[in-house]
Amino acid sequence: MSHSNQQFKRKTFDFSSWFFTVLTGAATYLIVSILAVILLNVLISGLPRFSWRFLTGGTERDMFSVANAGVWPMIVGTSIRVFVMTLMVVPVGVITAIYLTEYASSISFLTRVIRGAVNNLAGVPSIVFGLFGLGFFISYVGKGLDHVFYAGGESHWGKPAVIWAALTLAVMTLPVVIVATEESLRSIQPGLREASLALGATKLQTIFKIVVPQAMPGILTGAILAIGRAAGEVAPILFTGVAYYMADLPHSLNDLFMDLGFHTFILASQSPNIEQTKPILYSTVLTLLLLTFGLNFIAVLVRGRMRAARRSVH
Amino acid sequence: MQETANNLEAKRSIGWMGLSRGHKARPLEWLIEKGIFLVAISAILVVFLIFLFVLREAWPIFSGKANSAAARKVIPADQIDKLTPAQLQAYLELTPDEFNKKDKETLKLLMEVKEEAGKEAVPDKDEALNTTEWKYILKPYAWTGYSKPEYIWQPISNIKKYNIIPLIIGSLKTTLVALLFSVPLSIAAAIYVSQLANPKVKEWVKPAIEMLSGIPSVVMGVFALLVLATFLQTIFHYNSRLNALVAGVALGLAIVPVIFSIAEDALTSVPRSYVQAALAVGSSKWQAAWQVVLPAALPGVFAAVILGFGRAIGETMIVLLASGNASIMSASIFDSTRSITSTIAAELAEAVFGGHHYGMLFMIGTLLFGVTFVSNLMGEYIMYRLKSRLEGKQK
Amino acid sequence: MGVIGKSGSFMKNSLKKLTVILTLAACALSAQAGKITIKGSDTLLTLAQKWAEIYMGAHSETKISVLGGGSGIGFAALQGQQTDLANASRKIKSTEIEACIKAFGKRPTEYKVCLDGLTVYVNQENPVKELTLEQLEGIFTGKIKNWKEVGGNDAAITVYSRENSSGTYEFFKEHVLKGKDFVASAQTMQGTSQVVQGVENDAKAIGYGGASYAAKTRALGIKKDSSSPAIAPTEENVVKGTYPIWRYLFVYVNPSQDKGEIASYLTWIRSDEGQKVVKQEGYYPLPEALRK
Repeated sequence: MSHSNQQFKRKTFDFSSWFFTVLTGAATYLIVSILAVILLNVLISGLPRFSWRFLTGGTERDMFSVANAGVWPMIVGTSIRVFVMTLMVVPVGVITAIYLTEYASSISFLTRVIRGAVNNLAGVPSIVFGLFGLGFFISYVGKGLDHVFYAGGESHWGKPAVIWAALTLAVMTLPVVIVATEESLRSIQPGLREASLALGATKLQTIFKIVVPQAMPGILTGAILAIGRAAGEVAPILFTGVAYYMADLPHSLNDLFMDLGFHTFILASQSPNIEQTKPILYSTVLTLLLLTFGLNFIAVLVRGRMRAARRSVH
Repeated sequence: MQETANNLEAKRSIGWMGLSRGHKARPLEWLIEKGIFLVAISAILVVFLIFLFVLREAWPIFSGKANSAAARKVIPADQIDKLTPAQLQAYLELTPDEFNKKDKETLKLLMEVKEEAGKEAVPDKDEALNTTEWKYILKPYAWTGYSKPEYIWQPISNIKKYNIIPLIIGSLKTTLVALLFSVPLSIAAAIYVSQLANPKVKEWVKPAIEMLSGIPSVVMGVFALLVLATFLQTIFHYNSRLNALVAGVALGLAIVPVIFSIAEDALTSVPRSYVQAALAVGSSKWQAAWQVVLPAALPGVFAAVILGFGRAIGETMIVLLASGNASIMSASIFDSTRSITSTIAAELAEAVFGGHHYGMLFMIGTLLFGVTFVSNLMGEYIMYRLKSRLEGKQK
Repeated sequence: MGVIGKSGSFMKNSLKKLTVILTLAACALSAQAGKITIKGSDTLLTLAQKWAEIYMGAHSETKISVLGGGSGIGFAALQGQQTDLANASRKIKSTEIEACIKAFGKRPTEYKVCLDGLTVYVNQENPVKELTLEQLEGIFTGKIKNWKEVGGNDAAITVYSRENSSGTYEFFKEHVLKGKDFVASAQTMQGTSQVVQGVENDAKAIGYGGASYAAKTRALGIKKDSSSPAIAPTEENVVKGTYPIWRYLFVYVNPSQDKGEIASYLTWIRSDEGQKVVKQEGYYPLPEALRK
């Protein structure tokens, strides 16, 4: 559309128009170039030490020596907490979205309040989720479990652990999954549902055999976005389970874990010598960025595919 | 259009209900549907639980039940037999349940430790004050060693000082810098991308800016700490290497994608016909964008700024790493600041579980939650109103 | 937990996941043996981590986790029975002992593990080479605001301090500031190395921390008062006790846990082998008499 008015271009040179186009354009490219600076900085300083050995190396010896450092335990720790989180958040988020779109009346006041609350949850600061994780999961649920199973003696669950970090993150990413799923559920044509019902399927069969499979790419995108957001978060796990140093990988859900994001924080503020450990810091950041950008990239690909597929159906 | 859609909706729901009535009873499905309902309700409940549980820990402060007074009377341990159990329990600050579980040996040990604590304590004119009262939280006070009334946050001290004003100022200062930096930049970018740029540029610029939101905040904090701080110091030659400016600019970068996407969304949702009409009467693309599209989408741009504010004030890792974390009352952006979020992050693990410091941190967490909740609500509401208005006009 | 349970019973797929989770949870209960959790002081972090690495090299059956946060955090965790050992760069306070007695009925056992000379760092370009304790107090409480007041250039002093959960912070506050508050404009850093980094990059800066961190900054000589000689934080001076701001670093343990692996670890870190690590990491070994 915007091309069609090319031929109506004014003949006189409009300075203010040119000036402001350049100005806003400059703002845009400034943002993009800052992004480029950040990424290049990480890439240039991080690549020299970035190797297969770095990725798979452990922390049994010399966590802070530039030559021997490895981030395998952090990669595993981050993956475990994100994996456990996904197990919790995806089913719950999808079911909630199904309830909101398929069952709840879309015009009722309650549904609107719920939807508003869910949207709002997405904007709550991550540190507040950390407080919630400590106040609810650890000191309420965890201590409660200890009280029931161990009569309040030794503490097995009422302490920071990977499960509480994962649950805290699950609550934090719940809106991401709900919103993405709802969106994709609503984008499915009513005709499909009606056809299914007309053929004698029950509502539940329609939902699980027709609607949900159709919405799968959207659900997947939501899940990946949630994982991408959770993978880089540090604030919510500060009090809920992350460790400075562990010799081995976490073996059970009530173990502590090491984490890529938190390790970045440590290397930037608490290593024995910040200047000396800078190469490890940058390589760790590079690993973290590859992980989060990789996930975001997959999400974009999936979304693109989904859109293309839908376009071809119509 | 709208009408037929509504009709369809109504018909469909009647059809749904009719079908479920017409089929023979399926207990399993009934159960599953109830299950879906339960899961949805519990997920939603969690949303409300968050507020409840953060508030629960902060309640002693809000209700004024916490007491941080340092002065304590000491009863020598050998007088243990002269006290009634009730007196002893009150003296040792134990719950009845805890008290009953302890043998006399332990109680005596506790009394001895109390005696030692009494000897250790440094006398102070303020030791009888309960510093968790609101007047100490909000108003300046001339503490021992300070020549005039001051706003002081010093939770680890002989007299615990919990004035939250420096923290609020710290949070607002970094957030303000972030907004001043990112609002003009991201709104200009939003105008450019949505109105002026040719589609090919738009195709790659938009995802690139959104990519910024994929950078974890700890990485942004490290970037601010190592690169930005040095860079800005060579430009401005200020005193403290880490300050509100460094943290604010890094925060601003973090919220650029937030403001940009919402503003861009609002600008794009202005009907194309507006622009076409403006161009038809001879205005330039820029004039159409500035005088027609932007005013129409202004509430959306405002919403973008509010949501950006909510995001910036709640950011933790960037300010923790890059703001210098000094709790001072100062209006200068070249001074270090301590924000609410970094205070929670740095001090919570230290605070004695359930103590007044712990409660105080949950209290400022509740404040933060409240502020972001209200700003998000406002932003969402404005955006919702704008969209329905623009879509209504289109009809 | 309730949330998982519900989703598990209503979605076929989740049932499998639930089984996995329950299995993992079951493992959790059996995986307690041979693990030591150490939490506390940031000053002791690097040393504790190094000790753990070397100790585990010789005792592969023991698995040690090290967490930081600060001395106060260590004591809070010891009291909450969330850690086996609490590292501390200051002595336990009687309120903390009280909390421990309330929690497990006994006073925690204290082990001195090494010596540390608390060093005051300045930028290498700074002409000031020594300060008295009184001047230090003035600078860190904000009474002295300019370097020229202590014989330096005419430049405002930037004070670098630590987060208040740090034992170093409390030790410095108690022994150098005599209990007074730090000046509010002090930059609060998350770790000693961040203080050092700040001082390295800032010609007007002053900071404090463990002797081992000093790196490219200059450690000041400290005078007890204006008439006494300036003393550098060297091993000799610290061990002899002539350097005025030195301290022990401690490990605390719940006495009923002080057996088996934990006890042997505690013995090892105070043995000659453990004390060798102390020296490598830049701290000062315990005098022979205190090692038993």
